[in-house]
Amino acid sequence: MEKFIPIPSRPAPVVEVGLIGWMRKNLFSSIPNTLVTLFTVYMMWIVLVPFLNWAFISADWIGDSRQDCDSGGACWVFVTVRWNLFMYGFYPEDSYWRPNLAFILLLGILVWLSVPRLPFKKWVAIAALTVYPVAAYTLLYGGFGLDVIPTHRWGGLMLTLVLALIGIVVAIPIGILLALGRRSEMPVIRMVCVIFIEFWRGVPLITILFMASVMLPLFFAGGTDADKLMRALIGIVMFQSAYMAEVVRGGLQALSKGQFEGADALGLSYWQKMNLVVLPQALKIMIPGIVNTLISLFKDTSLIVIIGLLDVLGMVRQALADPAWLGYPAEGYLFAAFMFWIFCFSMSRYSIYLEDRLNTGHRK
Amino acid sequence: MTNQQDFIITLKNVNKWYGEFHVLKDINLNVKMGERIVICGPSGSGKSTMIRCINHLEEHQEGDIVVDGVLLNNDLKNIGQIRKEVGMVFQHFNLFPHLTVLQNCTLAPIWVRKMPQKEAEAIAMKYLERVKIPDQANKYPGQLSGGQQQRVAIARSLCMNPRVMLFDEPTSALDPEMIKEVLDVMVELAQEGMTMLCVTHEMGFAKKVADRVIFMDAGQIIEENEPESFFNNPQSDRTKLFLSQVLGH
Amino acid sequence: MKPTNRNGLTRLFYNPTARSLFFQALVLGGLLWFVLTIVGNVTTNLNARGISSGFGFLSQPAGFGISQSLIEYNETFTFGRTFFVGLLNTLLVSAMGVVAATILGVFVGISRISPNWLLRKISMVYIEILRNIPLLLQIFFWYYVVLQTLPRPRDSLSFGETIFINIRGVFMPKPMAETGFALYVGLLVAAVVGVIFLGQWAKRRMRDTGQQFPVFWTSVAILLGTLVLGFFITGRPIALDYPELRGLNFRGGMSLIPELIALWFALTIYTSTYIGEIVRSGIQSVSHGQTEACRALGLNEKQRMNLVVLPQAMRVMIPPMTSQYLNLTKNSSLATAIGYPDLVSVFAGTTLNQTGQAIEIITMTMLVYLTISLLVSAFMNWFNKRVALVER
Repeated sequence: MEKFIPIPSRPAPVVEVGLIGWMRKNLFSSIPNTLVTLFTVYMMWIVLVPFLNWAFISADWIGDSRQDCDSGGACWVFVTVRWNLFMYGFYPEDSYWRPNLAFILLLGILVWLSVPRLPFKKWVAIAALTVYPVAAYTLLYGGFGLDVIPTHRWGGLMLTLVLALIGIVVAIPIGILLALGRRSEMPVIRMVCVIFIEFWRGVPLITILFMASVMLPLFFAGGTDADKLMRALIGIVMFQSAYMAEVVRGGLQALSKGQFEGADALGLSYWQKMNLVVLPQALKIMIPGIVNTLISLFKDTSLIVIIGLLDVLGMVRQALADPAWLGYPAEGYLFAAFMFWIFCFSMSRYSIYLEDRLNTGHRK
Repeated sequence: MTNQQDFIITLKNVNKWYGEFHVLKDINLNVKMGERIVICGPSGSGKSTMIRCINHLEEHQEGDIVVDGVLLNNDLKNIGQIRKEVGMVFQHFNLFPHLTVLQNCTLAPIWVRKMPQKEAEAIAMKYLERVKIPDQANKYPGQLSGGQQQRVAIARSLCMNPRVMLFDEPTSALDPEMIKEVLDVMVELAQEGMTMLCVTHEMGFAKKVADRVIFMDAGQIIEENEPESFFNNPQSDRTKLFLSQVLGH
Repeated sequence: MKPTNRNGLTRLFYNPTARSLFFQALVLGGLLWFVLTIVGNVTTNLNARGISSGFGFLSQPAGFGISQSLIEYNETFTFGRTFFVGLLNTLLVSAMGVVAATILGVFVGISRISPNWLLRKISMVYIEILRNIPLLLQIFFWYYVVLQTLPRPRDSLSFGETIFINIRGVFMPKPMAETGFALYVGLLVAAVVGVIFLGQWAKRRMRDTGQQFPVFWTSVAILLGTLVLGFFITGRPIALDYPELRGLNFRGGMSLIPELIALWFALTIYTSTYIGEIVRSGIQSVSHGQTEACRALGLNEKQRMNLVVLPQAMRVMIPPMTSQYLNLTKNSSLATAIGYPDLVSVFAGTTLNQTGQAIEIITMTMLVYLTISLLVSAFMNWFNKRVALVER
């Protein structure tokens, strides 16, 4: 009988592998492909090089007045001299530690919850939902011996973060209730939820903010002038919970019918079924959707500029109107864009990471 | 030496790499008109890759492949010419879900062979009858069972009136009771004299219809022989091991 | 064991129908109370401020000008008219945005799966940067940064002395109908009808004989030919009114105001990032097996795209595309930030400030968007149902 001796593997031809093979395959595989490559390189050359030169190489970074911007590039001094304003708005300078502390606490909680090895997760989560909001409110607004800092002095990135976080935290439970209501078997409740959701999803946020600023005061007895920030928040939360409800509904739909039937067969009540069986699974599926909603909320907070609140974008616009610093709109807007981008981009990466992890988890 | 023209498919020293991985090593194969070849071997041995090279679903890097007198290279016209004459049946059917069974069958005759619709439909019905599902012609693939879908896929290839049929594990994705209905169709096809190259693990089918069985492992053809000698008297120890595992139970 | 005896009330408590009725009544009652309270508050507040409610203001003269209007408008027209001017401007910028964003988005989406590595990466960077920056900021950037670098009217960028671009906008010649125009239009209509017949004839011929006919290129030739030849045959029935520099600005012709351009660009680019991703995932949703089957059958790349991949990808793409178009329309309300006279800016902005009729005006504005949304989702439901029917 013949003995089977495998032919030893030979290296692939040079044109197939390595840098040359890669370039042949990806950049120069055909004549049109080569033309596209050359054209793209040319376009990058004429756009990117002058931009990088303007923004970095010949830009001015240090100084304290516009006289320090004389090199012809971008004048980042415009941003650096106002750094604190862009971050905190008109929050008093000697109290910056208060928002800082509030955000550090939040960051600590988030890290604690996302590192798998740390203990006491349940207690930390409970504290995050009960103690933390009170503490953060006290820190930011005042009370318990801290000076009261009215909300019209809040601004900059701090305001953006406050709006986005409160918006999402309040919108999640409302959204869950709305989604459950939409699937309810009680026609009145189902109808109320459908109308609520479709109404807020059907109109642009800007009209909701207009409504919050001109119509809402008329709704309160005695025409109370509720806090401007508060009114904007009410509008944002309404808008956001309608979108959140649709995310939750998607998560619920992804669950197989067998899960509901199984829970029913075990004799669980409606809320037991939801809390013990359905929501724990659905929420996991929904996390990427929730993060995506948070991203759009984060971008949408910029609209409060239109009703006169001063977030990062608002502070930048105010700085651009400063007669001593006219003529730096590119620097100002690029800075604001970068601030928004860095947050949204990292969140979107995180959501993609979660989605990937979820997908592999489901396949197994 | 036999004249090249006698062979409908000729593979000469074919080599292929996936990146640095050497998948096909010095493959030589000649297929005569009307010959029925079964290709077997463990998974990852390169058998699917080899038949997918024949209609250029995969590109080989070294060696020559000649199909029906046409040299397979990067020339799109040659590739088109070969694909017209070579039908293929896939493991996962690859039917077009947005078209009915009949439309699946007439698509290529109409657009590639430039056939009038009526004629194409008549031919399609003829082949659908042959695979015994003319009554499903107006359904969508999603409404059929796996075995029915695979028979539609065979009919779809036959509608192009190919000179060679390639089968890439046509029964591997099917439930056991559906395998038979597909194999029956394939046996019938073989008896009518169609030139066939079959990658399959169905050894019964090989014994019944094959003119030649080819055993591949590690990217090379280790043994080829008539089914009788192949199964009863394997030449290589590797073949023997494989057969003992496949036929063992 | 003996079943526990319960009195009537407990039995009712455990009766699902009674429970459901009770909860629904509770919700309905709560809602009613809420609405009544608000209505009461609103009436007292309005009385206290001396504002009379009602839609009478719609027939009062507006008394303010609007920088762009598709219908005749000046200060003497009514507030009702301003509503329509704003609505039409919203629809105009939305339509322009939808067309441009689709074209750009399809290009970006196809680039994302191009065989060219460089193009793939660049379109990815384009998407990742522009979809993560708020639209409002992009509108500001186009308006205050990019368009401000344009020259003043006197130093306009000129394209063949017919199109001028400067800080006040884009100025183009305006076509004006002259004698023979009706004939020219008639010719064009005839050409279009001819092309339709040609298409049907080619289809029939292909069905009967299998022969294919280059319908697309013939149609293009017929249409272009009629467009050019017909123009001269009918005696040049269209005259162009060229814009002209008079004093500090251009007169005559047509113009696009810079607010429209900034809004249009920003909406287009922002939405194109989303459409790009939809197109990419739509095409990628068609499995690779489909592609291989097409190749094995000998279909060429164009036939593969047109007959197999696109019909399947379209089903996946159309619902999210429609919702992007809807988003674009809603986002066009950001016009108010740079003063493009759309519905929100003209009506919920200026008109509201002049009349103080907050409730009526905000309600009307919201109803407009709500109507558009409901129409679009009705279309989507119809589409989904139809597709679901075909699929199974």
